[in-house]
Order: sequence, then structure tokens, then C-alpha cells
Amino acid sequence: MTNVKKMIEDYGVSRFIVTCFAVLLLVAAFLQGQDMTILFSDILNRFGMYAFFSLAMVPSIISGTLLNFGITLGILAGVLAGLISLELGLTGFTGIGCALLLAIPFGAIVGFGYGLLLNRVKGSEMVVATYVGYAAVYIMCIGWMVLPFKNPSMIWAIGGEGLRTTITLDGYYDAILSNMLSITVGGVTIQVGMLLIIAFACLLMYLFTRSKMGIAMRAAGANPIYASAVGVNVNRQRIIGTVISTVLGALGIIIYAQAFGFYQLYTAPMNMSMYPVAAVLIGGASTRKIKISHVILGTLLYQTIIAVSVPVVSMLAPEGGLGDVVRIIVSNGIILYALAQAGGNK
Amino acid sequence: MLKNKKFNFKEFFAENAVPVVFLTISAVFVYYSGTQPAIIMNDVVARFARNAFFVISLLIPVLAGMGLNFGIVVGAMAAQIGLYWALALKMEGIAAIAFAAVVCVPFAVLFGFLSGALNNKTKGQEMLTSMFVGYFAHGLYMLLFLFIIGGIIPIDVYEIILPNGVGARSSIDLTQVKGAVDSILKVDLFTFVLALAAIVAIIAVVNTVKAKKPDIAKFVVAVLLAGLGVAGNTMPAFLMFKRVVKIPVVTYGLIGLLCVFITAFFKTKMGQDMRAVGQNMEIAEVSGINVNKIRIIANIMSVVLSAWGQLLFLQNLGTLSTYTAHQNVGMFAGAALLIGGASVTKATVPQAILGTFLFHLLFNVSPLAGQNIFGSALIGEYFRVFIVYGVIALAIVLHAAKKAGGKK
Repeated sequence: MTNVKKMIEDYGVSRFIVTCFAVLLLVAAFLQGQDMTILFSDILNRFGMYAFFSLAMVPSIISGTLLNFGITLGILAGVLAGLISLELGLTGFTGIGCALLLAIPFGAIVGFGYGLLLNRVKGSEMVVATYVGYAAVYIMCIGWMVLPFKNPSMIWAIGGEGLRTTITLDGYYDAILSNMLSITVGGVTIQVGMLLIIAFACLLMYLFTRSKMGIAMRAAGANPIYASAVGVNVNRQRIIGTVISTVLGALGIIIYAQAFGFYQLYTAPMNMSMYPVAAVLIGGASTRKIKISHVILGTLLYQTIIAVSVPVVSMLAPEGGLGDVVRIIVSNGIILYALAQAGGNK
Repeated sequence: MLKNKKFNFKEFFAENAVPVVFLTISAVFVYYSGTQPAIIMNDVVARFARNAFFVISLLIPVLAGMGLNFGIVVGAMAAQIGLYWALALKMEGIAAIAFAAVVCVPFAVLFGFLSGALNNKTKGQEMLTSMFVGYFAHGLYMLLFLFIIGGIIPIDVYEIILPNGVGARSSIDLTQVKGAVDSILKVDLFTFVLALAAIVAIIAVVNTVKAKKPDIAKFVVAVLLAGLGVAGNTMPAFLMFKRVVKIPVVTYGLIGLLCVFITAFFKTKMGQDMRAVGQNMEIAEVSGINVNKIRIIANIMSVVLSAWGQLLFLQNLGTLSTYTAHQNVGMFAGAALLIGGASVTKATVPQAILGTFLFHLLFNVSPLAGQNIFGSALIGEYFRVFIVYGVIALAIVLHAAKKAGGKK
């Protein structure tokens, strides 16, 4: 019995609870006779959509700027890059390549400024990030209204002002990465290309964290006083971490959009940062510690819950909406739990 | 001496830069909105009555060192539970509001206690915590209203339950309670000003008798108010204001009482302890104050007050958007307080009042001003929400920068 308890503690209590919940949902779905192949395909698709955002939490956490709620800024930069690629009328791999290439400098510039800001507010990064992100979303709402985009598939046809709320990628690069090397095994669609891209990104991130700079960044995040004593420029490391995180957010939204089929503008990016934050926390990360395995496991678990809870719950309670309620309670509960675990200044 | 005074003058501007900036923006927007000032004022008077309670109740957590307590949304939820209960019992008018005001208290105390306990575990991150408390509680609230109500607790009032019997309607008409508090007594603007003049005069007399020294400042204010009241009642230039602007006296009276209560509370032993905790937790702890207990009490107080605030809000609005009415309560109240010139650690009653007024003035005129300046009402609407988040972000950045700077 003590062994079991110890095993659970090693695995992490919150991760254990969420894993049980996910398994329970899958079992329930199976017993209800849901089409499991569709569910598994959906889980894998969602994993591909959200993995980059979760990965973006790695550099921010190890550089000591904690959970990056300000990934919203990267998302906005990425959307802008994506819209430019559409405005240029680029399609297929050229289109998404252009979007991804533009997203890197856009994200880097935004991330640099944001990193400078975060260096001035040490100890309050997360709340600052949240509200700076919200404010930026509304600045860009005005931006989407006034930016001089001309492509008729992006602006309202008649009588409207500014860009559409959702801009379809149909005919541009809808699902181009998701369908790349996609195979179907026993009814389950496995997006091999997408998974390879994510695996490659995770590998790069892993190598980065083991590199000289990665180790310096870790030191800056774990113990800034010690790090600066041994000659690490803590502020610089934090800025680099924020830049990488923001760029990943920018790339992430383009990958998300191609899988989803749309760019979503205006208030859509508001709470997008909650998904990766909740995901990595579920995966076993804390505000100060994260591993690549937390990213992968967390995203998979979180997206499993979202993908499976909706059909399962709607069969149990046909009034609808309960699946969404479960998601809200689980993800915010997990975030609160992590905040409480991190503890405050004593 | 003179130099000293000059310095203070500069400081005055530095400290009041935020309200001055917002006053300027509001003035420009009022001009460009092209709306009759009297009509704007009537709307602002109503919005002020709706929201002042929240903003003033935020003073408590701010002074207790917990920053802007975005978790007051749980108070609003408690109020909505109370009001829904009243509607389920088919109560009407002031009775429904009074019933809700009583039954929401235990809920608000419980919610306030729980979120306060969580705040104690996350010292230094209270604003983030309280925000997620709001989101988390929203999930539980949806669970209650979408599934438990009707699903487990039977409700047989057609107007408030979905046709299939499970879940509350998303929009509930509050005709039975609309204006229950507001319409008890409504007077025009200038009669209200005259009454205010009388109250200020009485206070001035009392002060004079007590201190055996004439309270000149208050007498001057009373005379000015009286002058304004008389002018407004007689001069044709003010006729529009007299006709349009109606003041819900009881609501304003309650807001006034709350101001008096808050001011008096911070003079009591408990209030002083709360301030001490807000200034420095370690010193407070050493001097024998139970910091965690004080912080929980502060949290409970703000949640209970905001629950009552939400009842005033709903009776004025006349509809209950069951699933959304509570959502922005904390955010808007926080922004209003900051616009009044407060910071996340320092706030006063006048700042709360000024801030509520300016915030709602800006909210009222933004869409039309946006229409006339930028050719788009939507831009005005985005702009006003940007103001909410922008001012909160700015205040938090300034506070955090100061805190981080102080540590070095």
C-alpha cells in the first residue's frame, strides 16, 4: 500500500488524477459504443495543433520567467505573419513557408520587447503577462480593423469594415502539414508528417537545453544570484528564453491554423495561453521545472480530455455544454493547484 | 518653504496623472460623441449606481495588500444564486432583492473564505490566483446552473428554467424586480444637489460644534452646492439636465453609507491591522497580528460587499444574463479604481468614486466617439476594452517594477 502511495507521489498527484480521468473517459467512450477510431484521430489531430504552444513553455520556464501567459503576443505576431502570406496570395507549401518564415522575425521582435518588460517585473511575470496579453489582443482588434489588407477572401464582402472574424485557409494551405504523409491504420488517421515535425522540434529543444546556452539559461532561471556570480548574464538569458518562447507561439498559431482551417482574429486569442499552461502543468511541470516529456504527456492528456469528454458527456447529459464545463473546471483547477504548490513569498 | 510647496505641486500632478489623462480623453470623446450632455449624464448616473459598490468594495483587498481582487466575481455569483432562489420562490420587487441579499451572504462568506485561504497559499501572486479563482468558479457555477438546477433541484417556475426542465435560462427577465431599489425614490439632479448641500451643511455645523472652530471648507462646499442646486432649478440653461437626469436616491444613499462604513472601518482596530498587513506582512506578523486571518477576513468582506453590489447592478439592469453577468465584474471594477488614480497597493474612497465616474463616462461615449472620429463604432468599443486591460496591465507593471527594484 505504501508502495502504491509512493508510486503515485513519484508520478505526481495531479498528473495521476488527470491520467485516471482520461483513462476513465476513454473507457466510458468505449462502453458507450463511440467510434474509437474517430476519437483517437481527433486526439492526435489536437495534439498536433497544440504541441508547439506547449513546447513554448519550456524556454520561458527554464529561463525563470515562469509559465508564459504572454504567449498571446507570439500568437498575434504569428497571425499577422499568416495574414501577410495570404495577402500575397501564396498557396501550398510556399504559402505556409512564407508564413512560418515571417513569423520568426515578428515573434522575435515582439519577444525581445516583451523580454525587456519581463526583466523589469521580476516576481510578477505571470500576472503582467496575462494583462499585457489581453491589452495586446484589443490593440490588435483595432489593428485588424484598420490594417490595409486588400485580399477579398480576407475582408468582409459588402458593408463590413476591416478583416473577417475567421479567415478560411481553404485554397491556401488548409491542413497542408496535417495531411502530409498522413496514413490511416485501422481507421485511425495518424498524421506522420505532423508528428515528425513535432518530434524534430522537441529534439531541437532538448538539444538546446543541453547546449552551453541552455545550461546557462537553466542556471539563470534556477538561481539568478548564483548564476550572475558565475558570470551568466541573467537578464540576457531571460530575454533569449522569452524570444524563443514567443517565436514558438508565433509558429504554433500557424500550425494550429492550418490544422483548424482558419485564422481566428479579434478576441479569439484571448485565452489561448490557458491551453498550453494547463497542458504542461498536467504533464508534470511546475512553474519552475519542465521537461520535454511533460510537454508531450501533458498535451496528450489534456487534449484527450477535451476530445473525449465532449462526446462522452453529451451522451450522458444530452443538454449539452457539460463537456465544456468539465474542461473549464479541470484546466483552471489544475492551474490553481500549481499556483498553490508553487507557494508564495513567506 | 516655497521650494517645498513647488515640489508638492509637481507631486500632485505626478500622482494624479492617470485621472487627468482619462478626464482629457473623456472630454474629447464627449465632444466627438455628439450626444446631449444631459443624456450622457443620465446614463453615467445609472451606470455609476450600478457599479460603484464593486469599486468601493475593492478598496479592502487593495489596502490589505492583496492587490485588485479579481476574485470578487465569486461574490457576484453568490448574488445570482440568491436572486435565482428568490425568483424560484416567485418573490417580487424589493422583497426578492432583500431575500437575495440575505441568502447570498452565507454563500459569499464561504466563497470568500475559500478564495482567501487560497490567496494565503499564493502570497505575492494574489491577482493571478484570484483571476483563476474566478475562472474556476465560473466552471462550478455553470455546473450548478446548467445541470444541477432542474437536474437535481426541481424548479417549476417556467420563466427561469429551460423548456426541458433542466438548466436555467441564459437570459432571465427581471421585470418583477427591475428598479426595486432604484425606484423607491427618484428625484431630479438639482433637487438631489440641494439635498446634498443640506447634508454637507449639517456635517459642517456638527464639525463646528465639535471642534469649536468653524469648518470653513465644508461650509463653502455646502454654499456652492446650494448655489448650483438653485441655479439648476431656476435657470433655463439647465432645463435639459433637470428634465433628463434622475437620481435613484436610495441606491446613492446605500453607496454613501458604504463609503462612510469603509472610512470608519479603517479607523477601527481591525481596519488598522488590515492596513498594517497590507504595508508589510512580516512586521505585522511580528507585532502579533494574525496575518492569514486578517487577509481572509478582508477577502470575505470584499466578496460579501460585491455580492450586494451585484444585486444593485441586476435590479438596475432588469435582466439576468445567467451565465455571463458576473464575468467582468472584477476586471471592470479594478480598471475603474485604477483610472481614479489608485495603485494596486494604495486606494482611497474619493479615487474609487472618481474612477467609477470616469470609467463609465468613457464607456458610454466610446462607441459614438469611435464612430465619429474613426468612422467605426466597433473601434470605439475595442478601444474601451483596451483601456480596461491596458490600465490594469500598466498599473501592475508599475507596481511590479517598483517591487522588483526594491528587492535589488
